[in-house]
Amino acid sequence: MAMSINADDCTACGACESECPSKAIRFKGAVYVIDPKKCTECQGAADAPQCDEVCPSGAIAKAA
Amino acid sequence: MSSQIVSLDNLMAAPSPIRGGCASSSCGSSARPEDVEPTIWEKIKDHPCYSEEAHHYFARMHVAVAPACNIQCNYCNRKYDCSNESRPGVVSERLTPEEAVKKVTAVAAAVPELSVLGIAGPGDALANWKNTRATFEAVRNTIPDIKFCLSTNGLALPDHVEEIAGMAIDHVTITINAVDPEIGAKIYPWIFFDHKRRTGLEAATILLDRQMRGLEMLVARGILVKINSVMIPGINDAHLLEVNRAVRQRGAFLHNIMPLISDPAHGTHFGLTGQRGPTPAELKTLQDQLDGGAKVMRHCRQCRADAIGLLGEDRGQDFTLEKLPATVAYDPAPRQAYRAFVAAERGDRGAARDDALRSVGAVADDVRLLVAVATKGGARVNEHFGHAREFQVYEAGPQGIVLVGHRKVDAYCMGGFGEDATLGPTIAALTGIDTVLCAKIGDCPRDALAEAGLIVTDAHAYDYIETAVGKIYAERFGRTAAVA
Repeated sequence: MAMSINADDCTACGACESECPSKAIRFKGAVYVIDPKKCTECQGAADAPQCDEVCPSGAIAKAA
Repeated sequence: MSSQIVSLDNLMAAPSPIRGGCASSSCGSSARPEDVEPTIWEKIKDHPCYSEEAHHYFARMHVAVAPACNIQCNYCNRKYDCSNESRPGVVSERLTPEEAVKKVTAVAAAVPELSVLGIAGPGDALANWKNTRATFEAVRNTIPDIKFCLSTNGLALPDHVEEIAGMAIDHVTITINAVDPEIGAKIYPWIFFDHKRRTGLEAATILLDRQMRGLEMLVARGILVKINSVMIPGINDAHLLEVNRAVRQRGAFLHNIMPLISDPAHGTHFGLTGQRGPTPAELKTLQDQLDGGAKVMRHCRQCRADAIGLLGEDRGQDFTLEKLPATVAYDPAPRQAYRAFVAAERGDRGAARDDALRSVGAVADDVRLLVAVATKGGARVNEHFGHAREFQVYEAGPQGIVLVGHRKVDAYCMGGFGEDATLGPTIAALTGIDTVLCAKIGDCPRDALAEAGLIVTDAHAYDYIETAVGKIYAERFGRTAAVA
């Protein structure tokens, strides 16, 4: 299980990158991407996935 | 190169009134408004946003190193960026601190008016503190005399005040739209604080509390604080009187009421729900009510997070990364020469303004006149009507000559093909204005504007603005008052 960023909605503000406790988010090309191998959905680290909580454009959801 | 220093050339080439034997060293301080202490004046005299006087001479630049934000405002949506737009939160190009330093160096070499580097987003300067700090530190090493300024929503402010003070950041702007959480909740749908997204009253309570705490902490350290408030009719317009009282009590230096910019095309919550912004008259009425409190700023242009130049202009597009040379070296000489020029010019202007104030003060009746001025800087009437993208609005009355705002217009003259069709919006933008001053205007637009009841004259071309406004006011009311 991991979170993922919808590139169409990402504004590349980077708020998610600095909040991610697992260092799973990186800037790639024009937008940010989440490494599914590193993403823990913040289990054990926070109540809710931090990237989704801070994202201003609703671009982040659980990977399908 | 020559085009980049054109504004300096123009200012220096402007005909100078005869010096009345007054050396700039003795008169320079006469430009200091009487109600500002000398120590404060030292801090603000070169800052175009903090001093109305300085905004005629000095330029600011913003570097967009702070894209992330920790709150959501109902008037903000950063997804849509159009380079013709002037509104906060919008930016075309995001910079790393290294890129920002290169850009600042290039601008400082080409724009001698540059005095302030601000970090204002497009997100929040403090939500991106690592980038903000790295940028300021690196620029300080290259250009030691540039002033630093930052803008924040205040949520992270209490955590960073110590470092801000330590880095000699003299100016901080906090956007405070409410002091009552009930009203705040209508403006801020959520904040991200302490690892959690918070909404509603809880969010507004935390945010407003931290804004006030941050303000108090900055003031305690002698940092000048400007409060920006977005005026949102029906939501916080009446409440801003209370905000003004609260921030004044805590020592804010300046209160800047900005009109809500609302357009469905911007995709903001307010834009999409049809929330309107205030009219110029509503804005001025509120600002007039606040006068006498923390000083009210009336020359704000609500600039973008990557704006460059004098406040009325934005040369950001001249300095995009791809247009910068591979290596840039900083040469302090042009900026130093410009400062010497401004010091002399300020002395002259101070004396001219004193004369103008005497002439309007001699009018017995309390009649007011709104005069719109086309200027490209230097506090002079020096812009052609057709080239003006904005008019500065001065109110003249026996109490003085005061800049009360500005009106944005589309330049009427597009490369020599001025068309009557574009005068309609200009006339609408100049509602309530009596006389327009400019350096030059053609017969056609002059006649069209006269038909609409607007007097436009280039008789005072290149005069100091206050001198020109004073003459017009005295001519209109001085004699008639004496005769009547």
